[in-house]
Amino acid sequence: MAKFFAVTIIVIAIVSAIPIIRHTWDPPADISTHGGMIDEQMSETMAEAGISFLASQILLALFIWKFSSWRPGDKIKTFPGGAKALVWAAFLLVGTEVLALGVFGVKAWATVYLTPPSANAIPVQVQAGQFAFYFRYPGPDGTFGPLHPDLISEANENFFGLDTTHDADSKDDIVTAEMAIPVNKEIHLLMHAKDVGHSFYVPALRVQQDFVPGLDLSLHFTATQIGKYEIVCTQLCGLGHYNMKAYLEVMSQDDFDNWLKKEAALQ
Amino acid sequence: MHDMSAHAAEHHAPTGFISKHVFSLDHKVIGKQYYGMALAAVLIGMVLSWLMRIHLAWTNYPIPGLHLLSANGAPGNVMTPEYYLQLMTMHATIMVFFVLTTAPFAAFGNYFLPIQVGAEDMPFPHFNMMSFWVTFSGFLVLVSSFFVSDGPTLGGWTQYAPLSAIGPASGPGQGTGVVLWAISIALFCVGQLLGSLNFITTTLDMRTKGMSMWRLPLSAWAWFITSVMGLTAFAVLMPACILLILDHVAGTSFFVPSGLVLNDQLQPHSGGSTLLWQHLFWFFGHPEVYIAIVPGLGIVSHVLITNMRRPMLSHRVLVYAMGSLAVLSYMVYGHHMFVSGMNPVSSLAFSFPTLIITIPSTIVVLIWMGSIYGSKLRINTASLFALGFVSMFISGGVSGFFLAQPSIDIMLHATYFVVGHFHLVMAVAAIFGIFAGTYFWFPKMFGRMMDETLGKVHFWLTFVGAYCIFMPFHYLGIAGNVRRYQAFVDDYLQPLIPLHRFITIAALLTGLAQLIFLYNLFHSRFWGKPATDNPWEATSLEWSTPTTPPPHNNFGDKLPEVFHDPYQYGVQGSTGDYVMQTSPEKVNSANDEA
Amino acid sequence: MATTVPEPPKIEERRDPPRVISDSGNGGRGTLAPAGGDFRAVKDYAPPPSSTGIWVVLASITMSFAAFTSALIVRQGSSLDWRHLSLPRILYFNTLLLLASSFTLEVGRRQVGSYMSGRKAGIAHPARWLYITLFLGLLFVAGQYAAWLQLRAEGLFLATNPSSSFFYVLTAAHALHLLGGLGGLTRVIRRFNRSILRKSTLDATSHYWHFMDALWVYLLVLLWIKL
Repeated sequence: MAKFFAVTIIVIAIVSAIPIIRHTWDPPADISTHGGMIDEQMSETMAEAGISFLASQILLALFIWKFSSWRPGDKIKTFPGGAKALVWAAFLLVGTEVLALGVFGVKAWATVYLTPPSANAIPVQVQAGQFAFYFRYPGPDGTFGPLHPDLISEANENFFGLDTTHDADSKDDIVTAEMAIPVNKEIHLLMHAKDVGHSFYVPALRVQQDFVPGLDLSLHFTATQIGKYEIVCTQLCGLGHYNMKAYLEVMSQDDFDNWLKKEAALQ
Repeated sequence: MHDMSAHAAEHHAPTGFISKHVFSLDHKVIGKQYYGMALAAVLIGMVLSWLMRIHLAWTNYPIPGLHLLSANGAPGNVMTPEYYLQLMTMHATIMVFFVLTTAPFAAFGNYFLPIQVGAEDMPFPHFNMMSFWVTFSGFLVLVSSFFVSDGPTLGGWTQYAPLSAIGPASGPGQGTGVVLWAISIALFCVGQLLGSLNFITTTLDMRTKGMSMWRLPLSAWAWFITSVMGLTAFAVLMPACILLILDHVAGTSFFVPSGLVLNDQLQPHSGGSTLLWQHLFWFFGHPEVYIAIVPGLGIVSHVLITNMRRPMLSHRVLVYAMGSLAVLSYMVYGHHMFVSGMNPVSSLAFSFPTLIITIPSTIVVLIWMGSIYGSKLRINTASLFALGFVSMFISGGVSGFFLAQPSIDIMLHATYFVVGHFHLVMAVAAIFGIFAGTYFWFPKMFGRMMDETLGKVHFWLTFVGAYCIFMPFHYLGIAGNVRRYQAFVDDYLQPLIPLHRFITIAALLTGLAQLIFLYNLFHSRFWGKPATDNPWEATSLEWSTPTTPPPHNNFGDKLPEVFHDPYQYGVQGSTGDYVMQTSPEKVNSANDEA
Repeated sequence: MATTVPEPPKIEERRDPPRVISDSGNGGRGTLAPAGGDFRAVKDYAPPPSSTGIWVVLASITMSFAAFTSALIVRQGSSLDWRHLSLPRILYFNTLLLLASSFTLEVGRRQVGSYMSGRKAGIAHPARWLYITLFLGLLFVAGQYAAWLQLRAEGLFLATNPSSSFFYVLTAAHALHLLGGLGGLTRVIRRFNRSILRKSTLDATSHYWHFMDALWVYLLVLLWIKL
């Protein structure tokens, strides 16, 4: 039975690794400027994790195989180097490996979260509320009008609670149910939560960030490929959480300008 | 009679059914009560998981009989989206609290810690009894939320504010359901604090003559370290739950900021901090998962040693490793909050201890493997589950490499990758620890052996089945499959549905296999082969009790005296290749390679 | 009067026979015992569990109030709606009551201790100061309630403002724990009257009480600074 167990462990380990090696279920292709660093981090981690996983499962299996067949007169043997060698191994191998991952990963993280958006990034506001995302563009005046939560009304389609009568800046704001952005231009995404916690996740864009009620958070990114992508909510927000999504369309600059004009006319 | 100034409050063997089996002061009965509660809880939690998995794989199909569980939640036997989330929340809460924190720690610990240190009982038996009944009442309060009109809370076992704090406006189950959840958990915290009190004082003050700290078995060390963690962790969760209840029923705003609009209604709260809940919860939450696994580390070490016929390569290193895990577990909690909106520099700060905590975990696994080397490995159901734990712990631990890095967490946060990671370490490894402990200690607890054949069948089906269920979760996560979805409607998720169906089938089959364990448990309890006092030829004090099961005061007339380290195996003893801790004979190790 | 403080057992000089160093594990370092065979680490005399136990209890109470403290600090910093309130004056009087009760408890403890160990057999009412402590404790709780009434009169209820929320939560949490201390003290007095009081029980209960005192002073300072 021990030998069968050993074989089972090895088979399971190898079978588990196959979909990873063959990239059977991969994230969507990266369409961002910063995603390359994240993907590289992921590959390196996968290589190190994969090797650790396979090596330790195979070693465990081999030991189970070998040391379960013994005779009563056999002597107990000590692992060469003893505990000391193993502790050193853990510190050196694992320690350097994880610290390397940590240190190199700082750059990927910092690029996304610790660098400010550039001055000419296009501002777009996204509001998350049970169970939809709405987007707002500042219009020709370049400023967003103030938000009045008491004016929010789904029935009147005043999703953001804008007061276009009294607030000059709100008059030209463009509110949409889909997000469109021009390709190869940096976007500064301002995030606002209407009711409970939500999250903004676009796998292809390599961005994920929670909306926090009461906090003004933002993201910045640049999309490099034209196409239609899904924005999904990843923070449990209630019964409609599974269905809470919006489309992100990355367009050429001309198409984007046209789109924005069309949306402005619909306000 | 060894005269000790520290002694358990005298309690004579009880007579009468109630004081023997219901309100018992005997730590052994309390341990069994915890085990029974955990067993009931795991069955409920498992059935909930079946319902969830069936719904995920075949979303709009009716599940026969479901409307009997809840007419609102499953009209026409089709689960509503909110009911899925409610079942999910209850599944997680029941499993994390009432199974994984109780069985390895409160059940086995209560039963065996006093015996392993050589005591008659714990020093505060009344508090110990209260600990069980308070915990059990918490369990009843939680289960009662199934029966209130709006159903249980749907906010996940993490109950993030403001969803959890605003009240019924935020969704079904978010009224009474949340309050019941919070009360249940607050009760649970009190119960576990009372338990920790007993565990710590037992370990420090009740050791018998000759039992120094370094002569304690590894399971005793694990229970001790866990109880210290519990002391600090549960003491933080309870205030958090109290503040949550106040936000709900008393109109305070600890966690709810102003300006929130639900159903076009401006909410009356103002000024609260959403992230405050997350900080308080995860300060508890991360040590909690180590509370769930550290007893397993101790139990597996203990079972492995007996079945390898040699002590660990280094006893002290394992103790230090478990201790470091406990200490580090307080410094890493922010890794649950990398993209939460907390200061991104804090995210980096939390990622380093999270990466470093890999080191003691690796040390534990390497010491185990290094000890299997050159040993005389015995294969029985208990050792199979212990070895299976090692494999599962490696698998679950390795996925931690990814989640410890904030940059990768951007892709994997809130996906099935996380769900796969914690299920492998908790739902599988920790449960394997419970199984290993059960098969190993059953003979001592009940005087009968469990059936080995049934045990091995149970092991094989569970080991292979668990990998079939949880390994694919990682693939789903890498592909971006978001968690806590009751259905997969997004375009990019459609290709993943066949994999979900595979997982569901594996889950149902593996769940059915647990019936074999249940049958074995109950059948052996009454008709199993009678066990000797020391069927595994083991050395620690529980195997030296005068009767099996142990008498009311564990050791009869005379408390034992300890002469040896806990794991004298591979030596020439009068009884075989081992010398029991209580044996006065010299240790003669002619059995080794120099 | 029978003493209820047990004699420490004699620590037997127990020397184990010299051991053959076993190589079967432990990295080849032999047993976990110190080399000379002397078991100074072995506790043949262990402290009474209640003295360890009380520190366990106090540690967890400390953690709970640490959690409340951090909640207060974060909440105050998270928004601009915090309005300071002036602490009801009676709180200062209550503080004096509690400090006095610690003093009376110490007097009572010493008297009971001397009485029990037979050193001073002639004390008329050894537990008198314990009763006084109990009374002062009850007065404190009544005084806290009076403070609540005063706040109510000013229109400050639990949900009025985060500052008042924390006031009620912190004082209530402390008062609840203090009631537990009162229960412990009552238990001590009853056991003394039945001549079954152990010194360790008396000591543990006193530690708890003094801790409640110190905790209250900490909370008062916290409330004064923050509120």
